[in-house]
Amino acid sequence: MIRRRTRVAAEPVMTGPAPIVAAPIVAASGIHKHFGALHVLKGVDLAVAERELVFVIGPSGSGKSTLLRCCNRLETPSSGRIIVDGIDLLDRHTDINAVRRRIGMVFQQFNLYPHMTARGNVTLALRKVLGKGRAEADEIADAALARVGLAEKANAYPLELSGGQQQRVAIARAIALEPRVMLFDEPTSALDPELVGGVLAVMRSLREAGMTMVVVSHEMGFARAAADRVVFMDHGLVVEEGPPAQIFGAPEQERTRAFLRQLDH
Amino acid sequence: MDSWDRFVFTFFNAQVMATYLPRIVEGFFLTVQLALLIVISGLALGLLLAVVRSFGIRPLNWLIIFLVDLFRALPPLVIIVLIYFGLPSLGAAPSGFVSTWISLTLVLAAFAEEIVWGGILAVPKGQWEAARSTGLGFATTLTHVVLPQALRLSIPPLTNRTIAITKGTALGSVVAVAEILSVASGAVGFSSNPSPLTLGAIAYLILFVPVVAFGRWVETRFAWKR
Ligand SMILES: Nc1ncnc2c1ncn2[C@@H]1O[C@H](COP(=O)(O)OP(=O)(O)O)[C@@H](O)[C@H]1O
Ligand SMILES: [Mg+2]
Repeated sequence: MIRRRTRVAAEPVMTGPAPIVAAPIVAASGIHKHFGALHVLKGVDLAVAERELVFVIGPSGSGKSTLLRCCNRLETPSSGRIIVDGIDLLDRHTDINAVRRRIGMVFQQFNLYPHMTARGNVTLALRKVLGKGRAEADEIADAALARVGLAEKANAYPLELSGGQQQRVAIARAIALEPRVMLFDEPTSALDPELVGGVLAVMRSLREAGMTMVVVSHEMGFARAAADRVVFMDHGLVVEEGPPAQIFGAPEQERTRAFLRQLDH
Repeated sequence: MDSWDRFVFTFFNAQVMATYLPRIVEGFFLTVQLALLIVISGLALGLLLAVVRSFGIRPLNWLIIFLVDLFRALPPLVIIVLIYFGLPSLGAAPSGFVSTWISLTLVLAAFAEEIVWGGILAVPKGQWEAARSTGLGFATTLTHVVLPQALRLSIPPLTNRTIAITKGTALGSVVAVAEILSVASGAVGFSSNPSPLTLGAIAYLILFVPVVAFGRWVETRFAWKR
């Protein structure tokens, strides 16, 4: 496997009294994205430190999903630079599949494979990407399913699971590969309200285990409780970012205030 | 002889039937052989073409689309006749059996390609994205995630199309393939009695009623629940 790792100089991120000296896990800078004539990202910077939980909020269509999808190259930015875990994502020589297995992604619509059991969903990449044998893959999958509280559903097919359970299987599928960072794109938006809590609980336990996470979501209560930093996007730009207390308590930008006001109604 | 006796004498003449039964049975097995060959090679080629098409290599895809449209547009009999009478002038001289086999294989492959390709397109984009986001490559995603779902969607239309095209084996009678219809109509000529055709119809029923029933079973078994 040919993979060129482009190490970037450690860029200290100063947040609070204890400076984090490690290089950020995700360092996106100057990201532009055009869909034809539509200019969706207009120069976005996003740095996520190890163990940090960054929450991205903003109106629909502001480019949150596109930014997240650029971070594992499901979308290719028109210009800019993205380094994930020291690897330049946009370098032509980068083996994208090797990088992607270090970047877990959870989708709004779960996207479980309907023809496979929960265990099968989790083991596919373990076997075909990491090359694990069936027994070892099953063992890892069962451990991952236990972590999301679904040990007893290993043999169930997605259609036999509730939306909340499906989303937790999707999380298990991603964490089984032991990613360096997890990207969540509105993980609870497609769920019935009573099923949201279970998914958020799994996300909180991931955070407590030290997982680096980028979360696009409208669950402001979760953001207040669990986020280290909140990023507000509008019209393809980061308008404002800061700790949740600041963004929710005393936003500086009028656009942020307007967005949060309109959420309350 | 009243009209009922005349009817039985004409279409259910026991003596004539007994005489030609062995040949009809031979025709039956030849038809089964031909049909199996067509089904296996036609479906395999169709699947292969759909898979190749999904790699999105432009000139190759234009070629596939052109051929698929061609073989869906031409009447199967025209293709059989073209191959049987046309190929010898190019140096190859396929038998009637081989001509029919090749022709119906191409027709079935063309329809199968379109059906499977439609199935591949019907698999939601999110399935590709989920698989690719875990580091799976294009080919593995296609074979392990997308194709199983695409084939499941394709099975009912594929079954119907396969049955329809396999019945085209009767067209082989035109190019001297000793399949059921050919044997039966030959026997009618010899005996000056249509009873062998009755036998032929019975042979077709014995061959295709189970196939149609199987198709029905497949359709309910693989009905896509969402
Ligand atoms: N594949 C695509 N092709 C064309 N336009 C797209 C595509 N994906 C997103 N867009 C457009 O980009 C804009 C931002 O979309 P998105 O990133 O999904 O916003 P958000 O997640 O903040 O709601 C929207 O106007 C959307 O219609
Ligand atoms: Mg979105």
